[in-house]
Amino acid sequence: MYGVGVGGGGGGFNAPSTASGRRKNQEDDDDDEEEETGDGRVLEAWERAYADDRSWEALQEDESGLLRPIDTKNLVHSQYRRRLLLRSAAAAARIQKGLIRYLYIVIDLSKAASEMDYRPSRMAVVAKCAEAFIREFFDQNPLSHVGLVTIKDGISHRLTEIGGSPESQINALMGKLECSGDSSLQNALELVNGYLNQIPSYGHKEVLFLYSALNTCDPGDIMETIEKCKKSKVRCSVIGLAAEIFICKHLCEETGGSYTVALDESHFKELLLEHAPPSPAIAEYAAANLIKMGFPQRGAEDLISICSCHKKIKSGAEGYICPRCKVNVCELPTECRTCGLTLVSSPHLARSYHHLFPVAPFDEVTFKLGQKGGQNCFGCQQSLINTGGQSNIHVCCPKCKHHFCFDCDIYIHESLHNCPGCESQRSSSR
Amino acid sequence: MTSAHSKLYSDDVSLVVVVVDTNPFFWAGAALPFADFLSHLIHFVNSLLLLSNLNHVVIIAAGVSSCAYVFDSGNAYAGGTADVAETLGKASRKMEEFIKQDARETASNGTVADGGAASLFSGALSLALCYIQRIFRSGTRHPQPRILCLQGSPDGPEQYVAVMNSIFSAQRSMVPIDTCIVGTQDSAFLQQASYITGGVYMKPQELSGLFQYLAAVFATDLHSRTFLRLPKTLGVDFRASCFCHKKTIDMGYVCSVCLSIFCKYHKKCSTCGSEFSRVSMPDLNSLPDQRQ
Ligand SMILES: [Zn+2]
Ligand SMILES: [Zn+2]
Ligand SMILES: [Zn+2]
Ligand SMILES: [Zn+2]
Ligand SMILES: [Zn+2]
Ligand SMILES: [Zn+2]
Ligand SMILES: [Zn+2]
Repeated sequence: MYGVGVGGGGGGFNAPSTASGRRKNQEDDDDDEEEETGDGRVLEAWERAYADDRSWEALQEDESGLLRPIDTKNLVHSQYRRRLLLRSAAAAARIQKGLIRYLYIVIDLSKAASEMDYRPSRMAVVAKCAEAFIREFFDQNPLSHVGLVTIKDGISHRLTEIGGSPESQINALMGKLECSGDSSLQNALELVNGYLNQIPSYGHKEVLFLYSALNTCDPGDIMETIEKCKKSKVRCSVIGLAAEIFICKHLCEETGGSYTVALDESHFKELLLEHAPPSPAIAEYAAANLIKMGFPQRGAEDLISICSCHKKIKSGAEGYICPRCKVNVCELPTECRTCGLTLVSSPHLARSYHHLFPVAPFDEVTFKLGQKGGQNCFGCQQSLINTGGQSNIHVCCPKCKHHFCFDCDIYIHESLHNCPGCESQRSSSR
Repeated sequence: MTSAHSKLYSDDVSLVVVVVDTNPFFWAGAALPFADFLSHLIHFVNSLLLLSNLNHVVIIAAGVSSCAYVFDSGNAYAGGTADVAETLGKASRKMEEFIKQDARETASNGTVADGGAASLFSGALSLALCYIQRIFRSGTRHPQPRILCLQGSPDGPEQYVAVMNSIFSAQRSMVPIDTCIVGTQDSAFLQQASYITGGVYMKPQELSGLFQYLAAVFATDLHSRTFLRLPKTLGVDFRASCFCHKKTIDMGYVCSVCLSIFCKYHKKCSTCGSEFSRVSMPDLNSLPDQRQ
């Protein structure tokens, strides 16, 4: 049932509402009216039972058509291995980490966002995935900036200023999760275009719409706005949560962005995270550069000064001092308001060094008696024999030959980015 | 469904992973002899375990050529022998074995200069984090983990990237890294670690009273810390060191492809090989200035 109404090319600005009924569980739920009532509606009996727990998704059919639970542990590990291989391919393509991207994420909070075809609602799924996306975005683009815009009641509103701190963006988003009224693509584009025109020219201007609605209520001619965005080189991308809409597709085609429509929550997350690394198009377009940067230190406790960004009196320990002009700034990374120097903290750059020196993928091995390192995972000391009743497959680092469990394998490659075995050796790590 | 936030353990149950610097080059000339240090440490571990019988302590030794687990209170009790003194005695014997083994490896390796080398803190931190992930996996009801580094020897600049990777991973898992410096030099790496992960960094003035410092500052669990005024990390050195000379700089050039830092303008990046074009930077006037 997946895919009905997706990619079907819903012509016109107001595509018919074909989105509900995409999910298996809604197949025999003909009553669309009940579905679409906004706030304060009572949960259906079946929704109550499954509101938090979509247990049917953990089932799959075997060859004879019987249902059986998905073996999640192996599934997770094989998904991870696929990502790992993709990533090493991407590393070979040498994607620029130092691209300075200015991205506005536009979140549609019109009443379509309250629909419950995503559990518990589109809005909640968008917020959850956006949080993961913002963290991943800063991990992949340590020098870039993100801002949040919402659309509600046909009006777009800037939730956060464009900035480099993931925490403040996420907090602002979580505090503003209500939806009502219509959506307006044009209003949002006008607003974002205005803000993006103020950024320095070496920055790449991007907008990413997370669009729940199937229509747009615009005050004027949206084609003119699209033309304007094209002229000021704002790359617009849209991820739809419902069905394909002509105007979104047109917008993305015109401005060089990508247009995708999500099938379900995990697909949506996947599509969203694809926007975290810079698109190959801009990565190629940008020439390699040496950027002059300052690494400010925290000021001394007893130094009282006025920060250049908020014009407030701060003690030195609350901010950083530009090494060139000695002006006080509150947050890093930023651009010095006085002398224009790009200011970053060195840990901020170090956040992406693991991409320079990635951990080689581990080899799968089966357990043999008398091997180096004994019978425990070198990382977490868990026994490698009979983990969860499965066969004794685990992994081995090709460099240091230490053995690890699946869980450590994932942790080491996805989060830690160090091989504990190689780091615990002098000979091979130096 | 049960309420997601119910915890079996109260919020003051801790898992403390202690990373101990066993660098022989440092301890040979240290003000506090290693044997005395070890007895301070064992008293500290003992008091942590006595604070709550649910507390969990793991000791990882960071040597010059290797790192290893030397004590795990979880294993000690599983065997049925609940005699704390006995298990800790075993730990100190294991520590001595580790030091001998580490010295053998250093001698056979030949890459370590006579002047000494840094301890492998990057390896020990990586092990500690793997162990903590295992505790996280053990279910929603686990003790609150933290890491305590007891460092004496100077930082190893060649471990910079690996140590920073560990720090960021600890930050993502919300594991604070505490540091108690038992030598004479401050550690820029561990200052940053404590600052980034929200841990405590301290360099005691009087090392003969090490146990008092450990018990008063580092024994406090994460929940109690919100009510205390623990030493704050002041004056963290955030300056970068250039890749070309390992010199500390406050202004420099950064490669836009790999973010390597250089103190001077180069034509080509020595890390990733990109060639730089000088022209591409600003054409600030090409854009119409439309403000709203
Ligand atoms: Zn990363
Ligand atoms: Zn300010
Ligand atoms: Zn300045
Ligand atoms: Zn493991
Ligand atoms: Zn290895
Ligand atoms: Zn240099
Ligand atoms: Zn480079």
